[in-house]
Amino acid sequence: MSTIEERVKKIVVEQLGVKEDEVTSNASFVDDLGADSLDTVELVMALEEEFETEIPDEEAEKITTVQQAVDYIQAHVKS
Amino acid sequence: MSKRRVVVTGLGMVSPVGNDVATSWANITAGNSGIGDITHFDASTFPTRISGEVRDFDPAQYIAPKDIKKMDPFIHYGVAAGIQALKDSGFEVSEANSDRIGAAVGAGIGGLHTIERTSIDFHERGVRKISPFFVPSSIINMVSGQLSIMLGLKGPNIACVTACTTATHNIGLAMRMIQYGEADAMLAGGAEFATTGTAVGGFCSARAMSTRNDDPHGASRPWDAGRDGFVLADGSGVLMLEEYEAAKARGANIYCELVGFGMSGDAYHMTAPSEGGEGAARCMKHAIDDAGLNPEQVEYINAHGTSTPQGDLAEVMAAKSVFGDHAYKLMMSSTKSMTGHLLGAAGGVEAIFSVLALRDNIIPPTINLDNPGEGCDLDFVPHTAREAKVDVVVSNSFGFGGTNGSLVFKRA
Repeated sequence: MSTIEERVKKIVVEQLGVKEDEVTSNASFVDDLGADSLDTVELVMALEEEFETEIPDEEAEKITTVQQAVDYIQAHVKS
Repeated sequence: MSKRRVVVTGLGMVSPVGNDVATSWANITAGNSGIGDITHFDASTFPTRISGEVRDFDPAQYIAPKDIKKMDPFIHYGVAAGIQALKDSGFEVSEANSDRIGAAVGAGIGGLHTIERTSIDFHERGVRKISPFFVPSSIINMVSGQLSIMLGLKGPNIACVTACTTATHNIGLAMRMIQYGEADAMLAGGAEFATTGTAVGGFCSARAMSTRNDDPHGASRPWDAGRDGFVLADGSGVLMLEEYEAAKARGANIYCELVGFGMSGDAYHMTAPSEGGEGAARCMKHAIDDAGLNPEQVEYINAHGTSTPQGDLAEVMAAKSVFGDHAYKLMMSSTKSMTGHLLGAAGGVEAIFSVLALRDNIIPPTINLDNPGEGCDLDFVPHTAREAKVDVVVSNSFGFGGTNGSLVFKRA
């Protein structure tokens, strides 16, 4: 079973069409990985799907880096 | 003020008979059908289970992988044809000229596949499952929008929508923009991906499509006595149009001149053609008048010819009313006998076949025309392509809503 971090990174690679080695923990979706505002909305939807959870909009807005996504999932989702 | 002249300098196509212009034209002149079983969805319960699908097309050849999922397939096809046409023209978009080149590529139905899929998601899983890309990946002007973004076209960015006449009207309106000085160059045409469950179901209910499921290659048979409706198809056709003097000055390869455009409305019925093809006749007449030509100068018509009982006959009657005795001397064929009916893209691929007929002096055939139906007595170039030098050709499109368009191309 993959770790949460691996699963998050895999989704980022798929959604944003970036290379795996670009998806470092501190990478910002918008500044480093070329996402626009619509991409980040869809990325959050993909995370919700993968981890079978619902991320409220006000929380979703705070998720701007790979690490923040991992942290949120770890804190809110039973793995 | 005399009108500026407009020439064709680039062609691009994705179709059931090939994913580029050269392959498609080779198949068309060889009389090969692109019709087969529907594979995009399970059509086993549908009265019609055949269509002209685009095969082995890879959008990644034209579009960045991360952007592919942000576009309905009709946009993939249209973008591909637009990129092909621009490349074929050799036109370099620059800071200096970008404001003078635009896009006019429409669709008859547009992002229906995406709309269907999203509706199901919404119904089954709720509003939170609707993608932020739903609207911009399905709306009908997005081929032009994406071409503008991808190629840096800062001129007119429009998409006229007129059912099966869409591409023809976009080409004609783009011609007008160049004539009027609104732009110096335009990518113009249409794209379609309508072989989806609801569209096929709707056309089935309307009894508009052939049910010759056991003979896909023989299903589209314009003017044949056994014709029983059109065959739906996917794809795109886009032309690069340029102002003549500018094209000449940059040494462009000029295929031919686009000399005439005509439009008309039937004012008659949602789906049926007007009596005696009266609307179609006025449309052709307007286009020939616009070109400043006599009807007798038209040597070939790439017909709308969809293989419906009423429509095919109406177009023959329209030709007779416009051309009189000359209707029996000119050639009129339907390449839909091979491609099927690409709806909003049909006028694009057929304009291209018309242009190539002029270039190569080869008239594409009407295949499957074994036994002409009653009243269908013109020279439809049956079965095999014909070598014939032609200088003036007309391409017709007629759409639901009684909306008609004709283009006239002339050897440059």
